[in-house]
Amino acid sequence: MDVKMRKENGVTVVSPVGRIDTVTAPEFEKVLTGLIGEGETRLVLDLQAVDYISSAGLRCILAAAKMLKPKNGALAFAALQGPVKEVISISGFASLFKIFDTPEEACRQV
Amino acid sequence: MSTSTTLRMKARMESFRPLTEAVLECARGLHFPPGRLGELELVLEEVIVNVIHYAYPAGAEGEIEVACGPAGEEGLRISVLDAGIPFNPLEKGDPDLDAPLEDRTVGGLGIYLVRKLANEVHYRREEGKNVLTLVVNRNPPPA
Repeated sequence: MDVKMRKENGVTVVSPVGRIDTVTAPEFEKVLTGLIGEGETRLVLDLQAVDYISSAGLRCILAAAKMLKPKNGALAFAALQGPVKEVISISGFASLFKIFDTPEEACRQV
Repeated sequence: MSTSTTLRMKARMESFRPLTEAVLECARGLHFPPGRLGELELVLEEVIVNVIHYAYPAGAEGEIEVACGPAGEEGLRISVLDAGIPFNPLEKGDPDLDAPLEDRTVGGLGIYLVRKLANEVHYRREEGKNVLTLVVNRNPPPA
């Protein structure tokens, strides 16, 4: 799985490409825990290029958010696409995380 | 393009893609629209991976059988069978979607997604097997 990363004003924008499923979730989780381990505490998950997420993907995002909590960190979503938006909504993640239309907007507000 | 298939494989992660693909092939044959195919794929991942991960004790080698065929005019009937530990995934209550982050888990979220996206989900224990039967129509159930 390809994951692009960039840093904007202290916020790390993580942009995975493709699917976050049972097969790729462990890899994605490593990226997230790696960033948090390096001391990054403000993460924006830019899901513009993700067209599929399963509960395995949700699990690793939840794990990352739990790691950030005691560090007073924050995690927000940006640019959710149709099917991913639906899964995030059904899962009740909208009550846990801020969701923005664009990563730029997320960076300003996270 | 076939609209009816039965595939029996070892309950291992290598089997996940071929089993999923076999059912998606049936659905394509029944002209499912792309969005609904994506939802079907998610339903399949949740139920198939559940069997692969949890049906058999660690170290035990078991099998998973996935069958699909048309259900009426509108949809696809899918059966997922394993001879593992008796387990009815529908017995578990809905996850607490309002819990704060600390108390939130993803346990039960997979089957919750299945129940929301499939039109019907039934479980029975039959002849020593867990039999999960799903109906997924071309159109999603009303929210």
